[in-house]
Amino acid sequence: MNVIETNNLTKTYNDSEVEVHAVQGIDLKIEEGEFTAIVGPSGCGKTTFLNMVGGLDQPTSGTVRVGDTYVNELKSSELIDFRLHNIGFVFQAYNLIPVLTARENVEFIMQLQGKDKKEREQRASNLLTEVGLGDRINSRPSRLSGGQQQRVAVARALASKPKFVLADEPTANLDSKSTETLLDMMEKLNKEENITFIFSTHDMRVVNKARRVIKLEDGKIISDERKS
Amino acid sequence: MAATELKLAWRNIWRNRRRTFITVASIFFGVILCTLMSSMQNGTYSKMIDNVVSFYSGYVQIHHPNYWESKSIDDLIIPDDSLINKVKESEHIELIVPRIESFALMSYGENTKGGMLIGIKPEEENELTGLKKWVSKGRYLNTKDDGILIAVNLARNLNVEVGDTVALISQGHHGYSASGLFPVAGILEFPFPALNNFGTYITLEQAQLFFSAPDMATSLVLTVDDYDKVYPAKDNLVDKLGEKYSIMTWDEMDPVTKQMIEGDKGQGIIMKGILYILIGFGVFSTVIMMIAERRKELGVMVAIGMNKLKLARVLFYETVLIGITGIVTGFLVSLPLVIWLVHKPIPLGGEVASVYEEFGMEPAIYFGADSMVFGGQILVVIGITILVSIYPITKIMRLKVTKSLRS
Ligand SMILES: Nc1ncnc2c1ncn2[C@@H]1O[C@H](COP(=O)(O)OP(=O)(O)O)[C@@H](O)[C@H]1O
Ligand SMILES: [Mg+2]
Repeated sequence: MNVIETNNLTKTYNDSEVEVHAVQGIDLKIEEGEFTAIVGPSGCGKTTFLNMVGGLDQPTSGTVRVGDTYVNELKSSELIDFRLHNIGFVFQAYNLIPVLTARENVEFIMQLQGKDKKEREQRASNLLTEVGLGDRINSRPSRLSGGQQQRVAVARALASKPKFVLADEPTANLDSKSTETLLDMMEKLNKEENITFIFSTHDMRVVNKARRVIKLEDGKIISDERKS
Repeated sequence: MAATELKLAWRNIWRNRRRTFITVASIFFGVILCTLMSSMQNGTYSKMIDNVVSFYSGYVQIHHPNYWESKSIDDLIIPDDSLINKVKESEHIELIVPRIESFALMSYGENTKGGMLIGIKPEEENELTGLKKWVSKGRYLNTKDDGILIAVNLARNLNVEVGDTVALISQGHHGYSASGLFPVAGILEFPFPALNNFGTYITLEQAQLFFSAPDMATSLVLTVDDYDKVYPAKDNLVDKLGEKYSIMTWDEMDPVTKQMIEGDKGQGIIMKGILYILIGFGVFSTVIMMIAERRKELGVMVAIGMNKLKLARVLFYETVLIGITGIVTGFLVSLPLVIWLVHKPIPLGGEVASVYEEFGMEPAIYFGADSMVFGGQILVVIGITILVSIYPITKIMRLKVTKSLRS
């Protein structure tokens, strides 16, 4: 069963004088357990596409289905709850709440879900250990390197037990060493726990790690390759 | 979750320590300044009221319904046990002192002067107004006295001394003529020039005889246990006594003092208002910056699934916590200071002192600790923070996630 299916997904911005066709009729199916990269030059529509899939932005036309839910039909109040329970997010930067420690950041999302304290603490330490930060659980983000912060963000994204994780250019601000560590970790989580990852990038080193690479240009898919 | 929201808010406000410190400090100083100002006004007013009340009028008086208009010896009340008991049972009432008073002509030898003749119960009157301490020559009246006390200027004009006998003529109750001879028991010297010109006192019994008004009185003068309780006390009395009596509070009898206080209060409100508006803008600009520099972070929080209402609550707590920190620290300083000043008024010297003395007030700056001295600041600061927090709340409710993520 597909976790995500988009149908003729389109986004046109017309808040300025000229219309911008950011995403132009994308049809895409993503299955559980995929490790997929959306690639393309800056401005090709990666963020716009991921935002619509993640229920952060409304399409101009077309549909997005996640599991049994047509995300494009949800009201904005329902969307927040939908995101909380179904999707893990990792952004390029500013992912973490600076005044909370790594553990509190990971716990926070479970708190929003109403999980009890014991489960939260347990799961937060497990996840942070899994991303290799078992010894930094009580550090605030400012005490962590950029790569470590992104790993906390991945741990947080997983904490809510989402159907999949969307990561919009998660390595854009990282050096190559941290990039590799983060990608290896994501890959491991994908292989060992069958977590579905969809991430965007224009960094070739990152692209090489993906098992499926979808290339965008001018808001359209120009190629869709799977590696065995 | 509430605890987490508060924790988040508290930590957030201290992210920029210096800025929050300055904002809290502005509230801190504002609260101290305004409590001191309110306390000083409160103390001065209650001293002024105390003076009016304790020199003559009491806090509340009961009259015949026509008396205040007519000031006539025909409009009297009968302060019998049933009336006194009803008043006694009424809440907040402390002293109950009857008086009978009217205008009278006084003569001694060739000289005749007009003045007020006031019949009093010497002990009760002394408890109410401290009349005894103004006796400058001779002695105060005792319960069965047939003597008279005369204010100093009046005595000088009549040219009488202690021991002389003055003749009084007036109109009595229901047209009876009133006349009598009274030996001068003492001379009164008040700190008010006005009182020195016309006051004379005899015992209530003598006065009732003189005016042919046995058992009657023009007024029952009352004190209340706390000056805040004047109006509730009046309302209670109106309920109990009904239409047959008129019940007046000190400010209805002395509107001038009341107006002076109201005018001064108005000025105080303007000054405090300006101060608090400045503080309000300080808090507001801090809150604006706190939102502006966190747009992305707030966007991420909503993106990952934080309900906007919850986020708005966090921002609301942030503003309120700044306000509360300011109030609490401000009170930590101002509360002991005010309590100390209430017990130790600041003495005044020189010119100012003599003006105070002329008005019969001890020359000092008085402070009060009325509940509104502190409550007022709490209300205002809470009001400011609630008003200011409208900004972050609307900002959050209107926040567009995609926009703030891209910003
Ligand atoms: N809010 C917006 N208003 C107008 N144009 C936008 C807006 N957001 C993005 N765009 C435009 O849409 C196109 C796709 O942008 P984006 O999805 O951010 O691409 P990418 O993430 O691949 O860099 C770009 O041309 C960008 O300028
Ligand atoms: Mg992008």
